[in-house]
Amino acid sequence: MSAAEEMKNEQSRQFERGTANTVLHIDDVHKSFAGLHALSDVDLDVREGETHAIIGPNGAGKSTLLNVCVGRLKPDRGAVVFDGEVLTGKSPHEINQLGVARVFQTPEVFPELTVLENVMVPALSKRDGHFRLNPFKNFFREKAIREEAESVLENVGLQAQLSGLASTMSRGDKRRLELAMGLIQHPRLLLLDEPTAGMARHDTNATIDLLKKIKEGGMTKVIIEHDMHVVFSLADRISVLAGGRIIAQGTPEEIKVDPRVKEAYLGEEQV
Amino acid sequence: MEKNVALKDTTLFFGFAAVILLLPILLEPIGANYPDLLQKIAIFGIFAIGFNILFGLTGYLSFGHAAFIGIGSYMTLWSFKLLTMNVVPAIMFSVILAGVFAYIIGFVSLRRSGIYFSILTLAFAQMCYSLAYSVLTPITNGETGLQTRAIRKSSETSLLDGDIRIIDQAFGVQELGVPTTNFFGMAMSGYTGFYFCAVLLIVCFFIAQRITRSNFGIMLKAIKSNQNRLNYTGIHTRPYLITAFVISGMYAGLAGSLMAATDPIAGAERMQWTASGEVVLMTILGGVGTLVGPVLGAGIIKYAEQKVSSWNEGILESFFSFLPETLQHFMANLGVLFVGEGWHTTLGLLFMIIVIFLPGGIMEGIRRIGAKFSRKKPEADTNAAAPQPAE
Ligand SMILES: Nc1ncnc2c1ncn2[C@@H]1O[C@H](COP(=O)(O)OP(=O)(O)O)[C@@H](O)[C@H]1O
Ligand SMILES: [Mg+2]
Repeated sequence: MSAAEEMKNEQSRQFERGTANTVLHIDDVHKSFAGLHALSDVDLDVREGETHAIIGPNGAGKSTLLNVCVGRLKPDRGAVVFDGEVLTGKSPHEINQLGVARVFQTPEVFPELTVLENVMVPALSKRDGHFRLNPFKNFFREKAIREEAESVLENVGLQAQLSGLASTMSRGDKRRLELAMGLIQHPRLLLLDEPTAGMARHDTNATIDLLKKIKEGGMTKVIIEHDMHVVFSLADRISVLAGGRIIAQGTPEEIKVDPRVKEAYLGEEQV
Repeated sequence: MEKNVALKDTTLFFGFAAVILLLPILLEPIGANYPDLLQKIAIFGIFAIGFNILFGLTGYLSFGHAAFIGIGSYMTLWSFKLLTMNVVPAIMFSVILAGVFAYIIGFVSLRRSGIYFSILTLAFAQMCYSLAYSVLTPITNGETGLQTRAIRKSSETSLLDGDIRIIDQAFGVQELGVPTTNFFGMAMSGYTGFYFCAVLLIVCFFIAQRITRSNFGIMLKAIKSNQNRLNYTGIHTRPYLITAFVISGMYAGLAGSLMAATDPIAGAERMQWTASGEVVLMTILGGVGTLVGPVLGAGIIKYAEQKVSSWNEGILESFFSFLPETLQHFMANLGVLFVGEGWHTTLGLLFMIIVIFLPGGIMEGIRRIGAKFSRKKPEADTNAAAPQPAE
């Protein structure tokens, strides 16, 4: 048995016993927009090292849940706890500094900066913290950080575009760039909002491979995904969100056969 | 790549320094090499470079930077009146005081972004302007303006009308009437004054260049590009913005101080919103976010201002004298709207033309022309190379 498989077995045993470390704990979160209940009574635990997929129909509240996690939205009720720290009420940069990175659904990059700079900025933030006054430290002399950025960009397949401006990239490439921006921070928790949406099959597969590779590195991930192929090839556990509520939770095998899930979500796709 | 950038920067810096130091010669053909104008170009160059650190790098458009010019000027005058006619302490105090004010104004204004930020800075500057004319007249001397005076004979005389110059007096400097401002004995007028300002301009350029290339600079650019994303990248943007605001406020304070050092009088009109608007024009005309652009914009506007506002109907009449008489009168009457007092009309027109046809300013125009030539070259090369195999 390979070391990786052994680790996976050990992990799943821990899951069964329920003793695995919870990295992210979402506790009874409630959020409504002018009467629309986007999230109701959401409880969710993400365990150390797992890839946790959140699936559900459009408008189910998946992105809203991530927004609550990273401090973009304040929940009406409930709290998000990361590694023992309450995130609710903290600002986005503080949450990121604690080790939570996010990849957005609509790619958010720095359009006027080069691809390389786009990735070096989050690396600097990781190294230097939320504010460091160094007006005379030459950015072009940050050799270590630049090399790291180059290697991360190579991993996501953008090595050919290092000096191009991010604004000139295709949507799919921007997604990969954002992924690189998340990865270079080596976050303890990476939140991915539909990282493959709008990608061609070929690119989707490349992204899956990449995410699998990171998984071996032990990074905890929450991934929102529409593509069932992606979900079932990556996720250790899945939570199903529908109408702002978690209607099912379990391993991919359990979710596949869950009647409620079929009804709410898989049904409409697989018919 | 890193070597390329370093080499380019060094070349740019030395090129810039050379051009500035040679300005008295370079500007001779267009009759712009008299000290008064040269000083103004250098001083407004400093103002615009500093303004560009805020506006060009972060995208935050301040409409109140003239306030720091005023603060620098008044502070400098008080240093002349109370301490010494040497400009060094005056400049140091002015830059520091402008920095303190910039911190306060920035702290409040940077709670907002976009147009609200601009309006807050404008409101602050207008407040300074009207305070200078009202409550603060004991410090600013109101509409008369603050001036250096001879040493007062008795302590009854108000400090506005008689100076004390403690340091100079302690060193036993003999004064006949009102002495000139100086840099350790060198009078701050004429070409000496220009070279003093020019050296400071070059230093300021160097600092701005370093900032632009620094980690701090890249964060400022990231703020301009996508501030929201930067927050989720773990960067607290507010202290970065406040620092940029303070730095650019200090540049403006230095510019204000130099205005007073080369011409020792300070009036509140330097803080009026038109003065704040002028630096915006300079920066945009030259090229926002470029290093050289703001200085170029400052130079062009100051030169054009002196020329155009000195023209009058008589000059126009003779200029159009080659036309039939009625047409000559018509053109002169039309032209007079744009010259002399009408200089601001010309400025407005120039500004509109730039914003509409060349939003990147003159530097963008230069870049485009450069790109055209470098694109033509390879084509010419291939054309030249093509027949060769046939031979
Ligand atoms: N900022 C907002 N203001 C108002 N309504 C919102 C906002 N964000 C999301 N919603 C609504 O909340 C619901 C859930 O949205 P979202 O979380 O984006 O769904 P999903 O990502 O699962 O497709 C949708 O009905 C959406 O219209
Ligand atoms: Mg969504």
